[in-house]
Amino acid sequence: MRETTALLQIKNLRKHYGAVEVLKGVDLSLNKSEVVSIIGSSGSGKTTLLRCVNLLEEFQQGDIILDGEIIGYQSATGGERHRLKDRELSRQRSMTGMVFQSFNLFPHLDAAGNVMLGLRKVRGMGKAEAREIAEKWLDRVGLLPRRDNFPSQLSGGQQQRVAIARALAMNPKLVLLDEITSALDPELVQEVLMTVKSIADDGATLLLVTHEMRFARDVSSRVVFMEQGRIVEDDTPEEIFNRPKNERLASFLKSTRN
Amino acid sequence: MGYSLHFDAVWSNFDSLMSGLVIGLVMALISLIAGTVIGLLGAFISRGSVAGRWLVGIYVMLIRNLPLLVIVLLLYFALPQLGIRLDKYKSFICALSLYSGAYLIEVFRGGLSSVPVGQVEAARAIGLTRIQTNLYVVMPIMFRNVLPSLSNTFIGIFKDSSIAAAIAIPELTFEARRINTNTFRVVETWLIVSSLYVVTCSVMSFILQRIERRFPKF
Amino acid sequence: MDAFLNQLWIARWPLVDGLLTTLQISLAAIVIGTIIGVLVGVQLTYGSFVSRIPFRLYVEIMRGTPVLVSVLAAFYIPSVMGLSLTAKMAGILALSFFAGAHIAELTRGSLQSIPVGQIEAGRSIGLTFRQIVVNVLFPQALRSALPPWINTGVELIKGSSLLSLIGVAELLLNTQEVIGRNFMAIQFYVFSGCIYLVINIALDQAARTFDRR
Repeated sequence: MRETTALLQIKNLRKHYGAVEVLKGVDLSLNKSEVVSIIGSSGSGKTTLLRCVNLLEEFQQGDIILDGEIIGYQSATGGERHRLKDRELSRQRSMTGMVFQSFNLFPHLDAAGNVMLGLRKVRGMGKAEAREIAEKWLDRVGLLPRRDNFPSQLSGGQQQRVAIARALAMNPKLVLLDEITSALDPELVQEVLMTVKSIADDGATLLLVTHEMRFARDVSSRVVFMEQGRIVEDDTPEEIFNRPKNERLASFLKSTRN
Repeated sequence: MGYSLHFDAVWSNFDSLMSGLVIGLVMALISLIAGTVIGLLGAFISRGSVAGRWLVGIYVMLIRNLPLLVIVLLLYFALPQLGIRLDKYKSFICALSLYSGAYLIEVFRGGLSSVPVGQVEAARAIGLTRIQTNLYVVMPIMFRNVLPSLSNTFIGIFKDSSIAAAIAIPELTFEARRINTNTFRVVETWLIVSSLYVVTCSVMSFILQRIERRFPKF
Repeated sequence: MDAFLNQLWIARWPLVDGLLTTLQISLAAIVIGTIIGVLVGVQLTYGSFVSRIPFRLYVEIMRGTPVLVSVLAAFYIPSVMGLSLTAKMAGILALSFFAGAHIAELTRGSLQSIPVGQIEAGRSIGLTFRQIVVNVLFPQALRSALPPWINTGVELIKGSSLLSLIGVAELLLNTQEVIGRNFMAIQFYVFSGCIYLVINIALDQAARTFDRR
């Protein structure tokens, strides 16, 4: 029974930069179609955790298992861990989609080109097929009319929606969203959150880091609170926001309300 | 093949290589000073008026797009036709000064525009005249900002001094070519000469960086 | 003036030949130099510390050595090594290595000025590093590298005049030979200087146009 095993399992993940421990043994699992928000103060390791799942960061201990496959490293049963080769990492990365805080759209490609690049080069699609899928996803985020615009001609909110389309067009098993509204002007936040909400409603599996508490509460099936490289609380939004058990969580929530 | 390295013949000529190096450095230094005068004048003139900007712009465009060797030959071989006779040292230093002047104009122009308008306004606001503002506020800020480019230009000028070999000034490259033909120790000669240039440039850039660090950054 | 025009007409073919040789040398050097420069530049930017050392050494040596010294070395050394290179080939070799070092540095500069987020975005959609370099980094680097690359072309055309000192019959050497026959030094130096100016100013303007976009 495939459904009973989690889509993503993170087991005892540890990461340090030199002497600084950023992740001190994180365990987290995620089922298909779940939407999990990670909250916590800056420096708590939540973004690093997300980047580890996308294999943008190396980590020193623990396993990340995506759809039954240990990713990033040759499975380490006792012996030494080896980072996989670039080609293999690329294949595994294409199973997850990532949306960045600073959009990171390719400035030399128009909106459609941004979405098509991965379809063409990673999925090996022909131009026509890639364009069809790209246009479908641009339409999905409400930007089909802007398909020929370059990133510099789009607002921040529109750029971020193209970035969401770029990630989703690859048909990833899991989408990672890293503080995707933090770099946006306040009036543009809503359009992006609405887009995320609608893809969540469609059954996408999302793991997101956010500072938007109301949004986390609205959209998530579970909320995880991180503090100093550890997961301190992992519960339903209802419990996290209304009955925080941990003192630190309570004071964190209080501070965000101001 | 069958070439084996023998450095003796080159080492025995080491004195002439060193004197060649010194000649190159001295010519570069004089040209740097003259070029800096041209550069500063050019930068301020091109700020002064539209006509000035045009004139300076044409000078920079002409010099930067001509091979240095052509300028050297023009001054040394062609000017006598007009009755102006310079010896080879004078004509080469003139050519190198004119050449580096064009590059330094651009350096100083960039430096001037890097001085924030607010600084100039503040200076005028406390009652400094235009000249005083330039002297006490604009120039010091500009000099600190252009110091790295100035260092690079100096190293460039030193390398360009090798072209003096073309009119038989006995600087390093000329001496190298002489040793090359006299001793046939071809590989050794060029290995040593190239190393001398590289080492001199590295030492210069090290010293100039030290000097840069002495001045506070703004 | 009539005398000059008369002499110019007599000297037309050597001058045209010289100009063509100058252009041919510069073109060959920019092509070879670009290939060397891009390969070395990518290594310098993304290679490991150890694999960068030989390339860094190459760039530093070329940047510390006057072009004339490289030209003379390329002219004299191959013959004692048992290689027969014509003076022209030796000159092209030297100018190519010179251009290669310059282009390597400007490739590195352009690549390094691209935000890391671009590489990460490429990775996150599953592109391999090679694909990222080709599809994401190069197109962006091209924009900032194009103007200085054209200026390297200007430097090469100027530098090619140094080949007159090893007897390559390019524009400057042929000009000198013409002057040797008619003694009109000013006229012909200025004339050839103008030819250099026209070509280089055209290139320079092209670079500025690209820079503004």
